[in-house]
Amino acid sequence: MELKLTVNGRKVAVDVPTDMLLVDLLRERLGLTGTHVGCDTSQCGACVVHVDGVSVKSCTMLAVAAQDAQVTSIEGISGAGGRNSLHPMQQAFHENHGLQCGFCTPGMIMSAIDFANRHTEPTEAQVRHWLEGNMCRCTGYQNIVAAILAGTAAMHATASVEAA
Amino acid sequence: MGNITGIGAAILRKEDQRFITGRGNYVADVKLPGMTYAVFLRSPHAHARLLGIDASAALAMPGVVAVLTGEDLKADGVGGIPCGWGITGKDGLAMKEPPHPAIAHGKVRHVGDAVALVVAESVDLARIAADAVVVEYEVLPAVVGMVDALKPGAPAVFEDIPDNLCCDWEIGDRAATDAAFASAAHVAKINLVNNRLVGNPMEPRAAIALYERSTGHTTLWSTSQFPHVVKLLMGNFVLGIPQHKLRVIAPDVGGGFGVKQFHYAEEAVITWAARRLDVPVKWVSERSEGFLSDAQGRDHVSEAELALDETGKFLGLRVSTLANMGGYLSTFGPNIPTNLYGPLLAGVYTTPAIYCEVKVVFTNTVPVDAYRGAGRPEATFLLERLVDIAAAQLGMDRVAIRRRNMIPASAYPYQTPVMMEYDSGDPSGCLDRALALADWDGFPARRAEAATRGRYRGIGLSTYVEACGLAPSRIAGRLGARGGLYESATVRVHATGDVTVLIGTHCHGQGHETTFAQIVSDKLGIPADKIEIVFGDTDKVQFGMGTYGSRSLSVGGSALAKSVDKVILKGRKIAAHLLEAGEPDIVFEDGKFSVTGTDRSLKFEEICLAAYIPHNYPLEVLEPGLEEQSFYDPVNFTFPGGAHIAEVEIEADTGTVHLLSYVAVDDIGTVINPMIVAGQLHGGIAQGAGQALCETAVYDEGSGQLLSGSFMDYAMPRADILPNMKIVTHSTRCTHNDLGVKGCGEVGTIGSPATVMNAVVDALSPLGVTHVDMPASPNKLWRIIKAARLAQAAE
Ligand code: FES
Ligand code: FES
Repeated sequence: MELKLTVNGRKVAVDVPTDMLLVDLLRERLGLTGTHVGCDTSQCGACVVHVDGVSVKSCTMLAVAAQDAQVTSIEGISGAGGRNSLHPMQQAFHENHGLQCGFCTPGMIMSAIDFANRHTEPTEAQVRHWLEGNMCRCTGYQNIVAAILAGTAAMHATASVEAA
Repeated sequence: MGNITGIGAAILRKEDQRFITGRGNYVADVKLPGMTYAVFLRSPHAHARLLGIDASAALAMPGVVAVLTGEDLKADGVGGIPCGWGITGKDGLAMKEPPHPAIAHGKVRHVGDAVALVVAESVDLARIAADAVVVEYEVLPAVVGMVDALKPGAPAVFEDIPDNLCCDWEIGDRAATDAAFASAAHVAKINLVNNRLVGNPMEPRAAIALYERSTGHTTLWSTSQFPHVVKLLMGNFVLGIPQHKLRVIAPDVGGGFGVKQFHYAEEAVITWAARRLDVPVKWVSERSEGFLSDAQGRDHVSEAELALDETGKFLGLRVSTLANMGGYLSTFGPNIPTNLYGPLLAGVYTTPAIYCEVKVVFTNTVPVDAYRGAGRPEATFLLERLVDIAAAQLGMDRVAIRRRNMIPASAYPYQTPVMMEYDSGDPSGCLDRALALADWDGFPARRAEAATRGRYRGIGLSTYVEACGLAPSRIAGRLGARGGLYESATVRVHATGDVTVLIGTHCHGQGHETTFAQIVSDKLGIPADKIEIVFGDTDKVQFGMGTYGSRSLSVGGSALAKSVDKVILKGRKIAAHLLEAGEPDIVFEDGKFSVTGTDRSLKFEEICLAAYIPHNYPLEVLEPGLEEQSFYDPVNFTFPGGAHIAEVEIEADTGTVHLLSYVAVDDIGTVINPMIVAGQLHGGIAQGAGQALCETAVYDEGSGQLLSGSFMDYAMPRADILPNMKIVTHSTRCTHNDLGVKGCGEVGTIGSPATVMNAVVDALSPLGVTHVDMPASPNKLWRIIKAARLAQAAE
C-alpha cells in the first residue's frame, strides 16, 4: 500500500505491506536503526518514537496507520540551535550518566521528551511512574530519572527563552 | 591525579554521543547485500524423542532458502558445543559431560531446544515457513525440579546419566567442620531456595554470518561479551574453521550481565548455514525466544547450618546445595555453583571450619550459567540469611553478631578455610559507614511510626565479599578452566601523540571507552579525548578473554597499564638520546620527559614524532615506532567487599513491599571514574533487588513449560519499585595489581538480594516470620501475613 508521511522532517513515500509495523518501516526500510526492538509484548519501550508529537511504541503501530503523520525518531531530535547540538533531553542523559549500554536510550529519550511536554515541574515520583512502559536493565533507573528531571527543566528553560 | 581526565575524575562518558543520537551499531542494525534471514524452530516439549522432521511444505514456498536440521549438522561433521570448564567431583572423577548438539539430534531436552533452522529471503517468510515444518515428537516425561531429578526412577535427561547427576562436588574440611559442630553451643539452620532468573539484557541476542568463498574468510557478528573466545571455541571445536580465516565482531552490545558470555549454539549454526548456503544469514532473537534460549541464572536449593559458641562466635559452617544445570552444560555452567560459590562462603567472617557440597544436576529446563554475580550472590544470600537467623536464635543484635565474627582490617592478607586468600579489605570500616548513612540507630522510631499507618517496616543488612578479576590462569586451570584468563592490551601511539588502545575486554555498557582512556590519560598526561579505545573485533584486537566476572579493569586495565608503562620506558630512552642525558636522569611527568635538575625537557608529542621520524634517533639500539603490547595474568583474584543496608515497608493488607532506601558502602579498590562506579552499583543493586522483590523463572512441574516466558509474566524491575540509592566507596587498594583496582560490575548484585530479604524478614519478624524465599511478591507476603495473623489470633 502507498504510504505518505513525514519522517524526521523529510517527506517519505513508500509502498509497504499493510501488516508492516512502524518500527520495521523505520529500521528496515528507512535505515533508521536508532529505534530498537527489545521485546515482542509491547512492554520494553525501546521502540518509542513520536507520532504527531506524542510518544508511541512503534512496535504496536502499523506503518499504514501513520498515513500523513509526522513521525520523529531519535535521529530527528538533535540539530535545533546549530547543526551538531543535542536536544536538551539528549544532553541531560549525557550529563547525568543516564545510559550505559545505550539500547533502551533512544526509547527513553523519546518517551522523556513527551513527558516533559506534559509536565512543567514534575516530581521524581511522576517520572518513575511515567517510566512504567520503559525498561532499562543497566542503570537501575536512578540516573535516568535524574536525567529526565534535568532535561525537563532544561526544555522549559529553553522554551521560555524562546518565548521571551 | 595527573590531569583533569585522569584516574579518579568523574568525567562524562566518551561513548555517549552515538547512543543518545541513535547512531549506535548493534548486531541487529547490520545489513549486508544479499542477506537472508533465519528463524529457529524450537521444541514445544521439555523432553521428547525426535521422530522425524518434514520440511517439504516449507521448502516449497518461494523465497525459502533452506531448512536445516540436526541431521544436516551431523552429516557435515559439525561438533557439539563445548563446555569451557570441567570440574572434578568428590570421588576424583571428572564431571559427566554429555554431548550438546548445536541443533537437537535424537532428543530435545528443554522447551526451546532448537530442532531446525529455517532460512528465507525475509524474516516474515522464515517465520511462516517455520510454521509449515512438521516435527514428529514422542513426548517423554520431563523433570524440572532438582530434588525430583535425583530421585531413583526419575526421567533421565541423558540416557547414559540415569541419576541426572553431573557432578558431586565438595570444598572444605569435612572432619574439622563436623568437629566444630560437635563442640557448638548453638546451631542455626536454614533451608532455602535461590530462585532461577532470566538475565534479559535489553538487547536480544543476534548473529549474522558472512562467508566469502573467494578468500575463504568467514565473519560472524555476534552479541558477545567475548568475541575472541567465540572465535576460538567455535572455529576450533565446532566448525573447524582455521583461526586466521575467521573473524568475530561484537560491535555495540546492549547489555550482557553474563547472558552473552557463552558460546551459543546459534552462533555456530548461523555461521555453518552461511558457509553451507553461501549467503549471508541473519538471526535476531525475539524476546520470548530469549526466555527459552538464553542461559538462565541461579537456581539453587540449599540446606545450611552454622555452629556457634555461647558468645555468638562462628565455629563452623556446613552447606549442602543442589544446583541446576538445565538440559545441557553451557560454557561456564558447572563452574558457577562450585568454584564461584563454595570458596565465597567464608564471607567477611573468621569462621574457621567450612564444608560445602554441591550436587550439580541435569533437568529438562533451559541451561543455567553465569548471571551477574554468578555464584557469589548465592553464597552471600545463604550466609547472610543464616547469620540473621543465628542472631535471632541467640537473641543477639544483628550488627553485634557480625562485628563479633568479622575479619579485622589488620588481619589481611587473610587465608580462609575455603581456598581464597583475601589480599585486602576493611569490612568493619564499610559496616560502620553504612550504619551511619542508613541511620540504623534511628530505625525503631521509623518502625513505630510505620506501624501507625498499618505498615510493617524492616531494616536489613548484609555484608559480602566477592572474588573477581577472573582469573589467575594457573589457579583457574587447577579448578578446571579449559582456557587462560589473562587479558591483553596494545597501546598504539601515533606520530602525533594521539593514542589508540586495542584491548581484549568487551564493553557492553560499562563505559570502558572512558575508563580505559582515563588510565592512559593519567599515565601519559594527555587528555582523554586524544585516546580511542578499540575492542570487539578479532581482526583488530590481538587477543582477549572478554568481559565477565568483573575482570575488565583489574585484568584488562592492568594489561593496559603495563603497556603504557612500556611506552613510557621507551619514551625515556628516546628522550635520553635527544636530550643527551643518561636514561636514569630522565623523568616523565605531566606529559613531559625532562632531565632531572635541569629545565631541559621534551613533550610527549615530540618524542612520538621522533619515534616515527627517526632522523636523530638511537637506531643502533632502539627500533623506531611507538607501540607496545602486554598480556597480563593476575596473581590472585581481587576481593571487593562491603556492607549494604535496605529499608522496606510492607503493606499489611496487600503484602506489597516498598523499598524505601538503599545504602551501599563498597570496597572496590582504586576508583577510576566515580560516576561510572555509581552507575554500575545502581544497575547491580536493581538486578539484585529485582530478584528479591519480583523476578523469578517458573517452570510447570509436569510439562516443563516456562510459565514466566515473556515480560508479561516475568516481572522485570521498573523505575517505580526502586528508590534512589546512596552509593559510597570505602576502598582499600588491591595489593597485587599496580592500579590497586578490584572491580565493581557485580558487587551491587551480590550484596542486594540478601540485604533486601533481610529487611523483608525483619519487617515481618513481629509476626514470627524467620525466612521468606525470593521473590517477596505481594501474593506470597500477603499469604504469609494472613497465616501469621490467623495463628496469632488463635493463640
Ligand atoms: S519493542 Fe516495542 S515495547 Fe518492546
Ligand atoms: S542503558 Fe542498557 S538497557 Fe538501559
